[in-house]
Amino acid sequence: MSGYLYYPGCSLAGSARAYAESLTAVLDTLGVRLREIDDWNCCGATEYLTLSPLAGYALIGRNLALAESQRNGSDTLVAPCSACYVNLAKTDRYMRESPVMREQLNGALAADGMHYTPGAVAVRHLLEVLVEDIGLEELERHVTRPLTGLRVAPYLGCLVSRPDYDRRWARREQPLELDRLVAALGAEVVDFPLRTACCGGHMTQISPDTGFELIRRLVEAADRGGADLLVTVCPMCQMNLDAYQGEMNHHFGTDYRLPILFFTQLIGLAFNLDASTLGIGSEVVSARDALARIGVEVPTVEGEPAPPRRAKRSQELPMPAPLAEGDR
Amino acid sequence: MTRAGRGAAAPAEPRVGVYVCHCGTNIAGMVDVEAVRDWAAERLGPHGVVVARDYPFMCSSLGQELIEQDVREQGLNRVVVAACSPHMHEKTFRGACERAGLNPYLCELVSIREQASWVHTDRDAATAKSKAIVAGGVLRVREHAPLEPLRVPINEATLVVGGGIAGITAALEIADAGFPVHLVERQPSIGGHMAQFDKTFPTLDCAACILTPRMVTAGTHPNITLHTWSEVTEVSGYVGNFTVKVLHRPRYVDTDLCTGCGICEEKCPARVVDPVFEAGIGYRKAVYRPFPQAVPKFPVLDPESCIFFQRGTCKACEKLCPTHAIRLDQQPEEVTLQVGNIVLATGFESFDARRVEPYGYGRLANVFTSLEFERMSNASGPTGGRIVLRDGVTQPQTVGIVHCVGSRDRNFNAYCSAICCMQSMKFAHLVREHTDATVYEFYIDIRAAGKGFDEFYQRVQDEGTIFVRGRVAEVTDVLHLPEEAKHDGQLIIQVEDTLVGRQRRIPVDMVILSVGLEPQPDAEEVARRFGITCSSEGWVIERHPKLDPVATMTEGVFAAGCALGPRDIPTSVATGSAAAARIIGRIQQREMALEPIRATVDTERCSGCRICNDLCPYSAIEFDEARAVAEVNPALCQGCGVCVAACPAGAISGTGFSDAQILGQIEGILMSTNGTGGSPATEPERAVPA
Amino acid sequence: MTGDRAFSDDIRAATVGESRLDACIQCGTCGGSCPSARDMDHTPRALFAMARAGLRDEVLRSNTSWMCVSCYFCAVRCPQEIHIPDVMYAIKSIATREGIVPERTARDFSRTFVDNIHRYGRSFEVGLVARHYLRHYPFRLPGMAPMGISLVTKGRMGFVPHRIRGLAGLRTILARASQLEAGDARREVTV
Repeated sequence: MSGYLYYPGCSLAGSARAYAESLTAVLDTLGVRLREIDDWNCCGATEYLTLSPLAGYALIGRNLALAESQRNGSDTLVAPCSACYVNLAKTDRYMRESPVMREQLNGALAADGMHYTPGAVAVRHLLEVLVEDIGLEELERHVTRPLTGLRVAPYLGCLVSRPDYDRRWARREQPLELDRLVAALGAEVVDFPLRTACCGGHMTQISPDTGFELIRRLVEAADRGGADLLVTVCPMCQMNLDAYQGEMNHHFGTDYRLPILFFTQLIGLAFNLDASTLGIGSEVVSARDALARIGVEVPTVEGEPAPPRRAKRSQELPMPAPLAEGDR
Repeated sequence: MTRAGRGAAAPAEPRVGVYVCHCGTNIAGMVDVEAVRDWAAERLGPHGVVVARDYPFMCSSLGQELIEQDVREQGLNRVVVAACSPHMHEKTFRGACERAGLNPYLCELVSIREQASWVHTDRDAATAKSKAIVAGGVLRVREHAPLEPLRVPINEATLVVGGGIAGITAALEIADAGFPVHLVERQPSIGGHMAQFDKTFPTLDCAACILTPRMVTAGTHPNITLHTWSEVTEVSGYVGNFTVKVLHRPRYVDTDLCTGCGICEEKCPARVVDPVFEAGIGYRKAVYRPFPQAVPKFPVLDPESCIFFQRGTCKACEKLCPTHAIRLDQQPEEVTLQVGNIVLATGFESFDARRVEPYGYGRLANVFTSLEFERMSNASGPTGGRIVLRDGVTQPQTVGIVHCVGSRDRNFNAYCSAICCMQSMKFAHLVREHTDATVYEFYIDIRAAGKGFDEFYQRVQDEGTIFVRGRVAEVTDVLHLPEEAKHDGQLIIQVEDTLVGRQRRIPVDMVILSVGLEPQPDAEEVARRFGITCSSEGWVIERHPKLDPVATMTEGVFAAGCALGPRDIPTSVATGSAAAARIIGRIQQREMALEPIRATVDTERCSGCRICNDLCPYSAIEFDEARAVAEVNPALCQGCGVCVAACPAGAISGTGFSDAQILGQIEGILMSTNGTGGSPATEPERAVPA
Repeated sequence: MTGDRAFSDDIRAATVGESRLDACIQCGTCGGSCPSARDMDHTPRALFAMARAGLRDEVLRSNTSWMCVSCYFCAVRCPQEIHIPDVMYAIKSIATREGIVPERTARDFSRTFVDNIHRYGRSFEVGLVARHYLRHYPFRLPGMAPMGISLVTKGRMGFVPHRIRGLAGLRTILARASQLEAGDARREVTV
């Protein structure tokens, strides 16, 4: 395997260093090589597109052009940040779809002697690569410290399964891929119906009251589900839920202390990697108590639960079966 | 090249009349009809055109008389009418020719409406194209030969596929007229979806009360043979003479001995969820009748849920049946039927609500589908007609009904399912009738365009149902605390109330999703089997959407009910009756004239390669082993031309589409409309396949 | 007003990709789905109706598009497959071009962000948040201090921005794109 092209994005070089460290450690363990694109630039989040869409897409396009020129046998570009991922994927798609976009963006890129051929690289989110390419079985094979007893809320956030213009996700609102991944690590998956709800994005900056409300809903729902911690796949989500949790508590007079980890940190723990190589400890809301639950003796479970008595013709009405994969 | 095409029957010198129709402004608005007429008279004169006229409405009596007069007085022996699609008026003009003593197949109708005026916006271009089309018609009709229609006998028996209300209606009408009917139904009982309902909108008739008499009559009618728990596996033949194979799945019950006493069902220890008749909210046994009024009265045994079939022991039914009617070794049985006509009344399937993720069906217990609610409100349903939450006990205090689930949504089905608005308002009425609950209807538009429909809308409003204009965004059990703390355990409907312009979160106990109608999942396969066409969604395409709404493009195959598209009970019944009327008329004629457009094999040239045998979609080509040549059965041949095109020896030609005719038409179309091309002096070379 | 259609034509022209705005059936799925609807002075649905009615000024002065967080719930749920977030970007870019600022906080955040990109080629989180909060939420800043300190002590806030090597080239690309965009806008207006 000639490995994956890697676009870390600004957060992973800054506030989400823990994400960068843990994903590197995990992929090393799995024997997957990442090649960081040389001299990449910021993707502009949503802010550049807001002020000047074409320049915003050109900004993203420069990264795609760099990726294409540094391809060298790798044709998948992996982005761990959901916002970067959606920007890169969307630009590639719009260039594939629209001859006008293609012409204009390459016109702009030509100013610095650059060019991007739409479709030259396949843009994927890190979660997709781990679940689809590497596969849960392979992950499970490396689990040497199952996270037994740890209750985890799997939180995907907005931009991985949405907008999904290429229709790769069978479910765009309640996808279960991250749930399965967490379960494969041996942790207990908390039912978390807000798995793709919005973390508030930049609302903490432009309308804090709304931002805090969106954060509170997520933290509250995970807490209600009995989660010891919540895992995210996006640095923006992690920042909002972790760093702003105190401010949110202050705002509402609540006292939640829900640790927010990156899913790669959790994988690393299950691989029995050293916590310090996974950036554990850099979270604002401490994960100490939650992580104390793993690595220690598995607490005695209350015996084997008795098989459920065949209900005496309860009046309960049956539920429809869940939608099977490929039913749509 | 077809010898017959230019053989002795063709008169020595073609004398062609060209008639250009204005069709009011339909054609004349975009095509310069006078120019086409003059051009035809002048440029096509050398090709035999002796008269060219235009007329506002060629299809009118006066227009037709014009043709008749010219045939008689000018001695025309060929006619080209440039007007609408042959689907509309080919018969009309052939009739005019026939009345004037000309063989009707010497008349060619070319379309300058559907193919020119309606599809272009440039008058000059549309006019030029019309000239080309007319030239094609003239050069083609020169090669026509007189033909005689084929006459085929019509078998009196009819096959009706699908035993819902549309199929039952069609079967009864035909049987009452004195002709035999085979009614095939996939489920154990006839009755279809209507049998699942409690009330029908807008009159609130009890569905069972009006349906079961029909079911009973169909079940006992001397002219109707029921084939329930059965499927059509193969169809061959043609109008008047179809051969149909029907597979009777084993019921594991000897229907000669079974009295329908129900002891087997009562004693059967296997109780499973019934996803079909009870829509998944009720149970049935492994040996069961879907509902008490089932027709026929015999149960079926489902091996999937039967303990004996799964584990090898039990046989409670066999031991306890008083008439020893259980047959656990019964095998499937195939019967072959001969029928003259077919009605497809295969109905619809409800949209799978689990596909709309934000509505939480399958995840949130108290989200129900419309079909689940129909069963719940039905007195003979799983709750005995009590409106309750999934726990089977609690009556809801607040109910939200969500319209357009899977309909009017490009993510699923872009079309309107037509019945959901009325169905939803019926639900509101039933909830109000059975409980004290507050009821909300969430709608995009209320579509109540039927007899008594809008009155029903007003009635439901008067009953206190709250209408919120907005498509529901999501249904959730995640509360916004603390303000929603008191709604713990309830569902929240999040919606923009578009008439207020605000997002609202409305707490309810129960959500009913008014799911849309979809074609049966195997609609395309069924269409292929019966040789008909479906829309991209899967609904049967009518021969004409307005003027021939129950016929299909295949002679002898009709459609009725929701197989044609979403519709309510009255329309299903009406289309069932309409299909029956068409068929009864046919049967009474005893025989039917078919288009003589057929393929024929020149056995001298046939090399016996059999390529045509495999290609023929109508199995009309047989292979004569003794002479090692292919032969076309003219009654089966539909004149599609596949074999003609495929034959490597050029041994197959078609009456009505001979090489000379096709090449003539192409040559005419390619004839330059402004230059000097198509000069009569040069007899065009025609490719004759080697 | 140059007629009802003129403004929705402008929006269509400014939308990257296909807007499908004309297909809106006013069902409100977007407004019902939006996590920031409560901050908007018009729901997205209402904004689209106003745009189609040619209420140019009111649409450009509405804060609605500036409150969009690009969560794409509306986009995947819209029964008409309207590319709502892209339409929101288009409306914001028209307002920006015309110097209309309905939502100073949001606009400034975007500007500060973009400014950092022009300076460094990368986002500079400390500078961004500090500048932004100092300007718009000065009274909140002390309350945020513990969080800031925590992020710094945990090594999550670098004080030295990273400058990319190809910064000069990036700037020429952005300048060319802006020129193309402006040319494009002029062309669309004159059509």
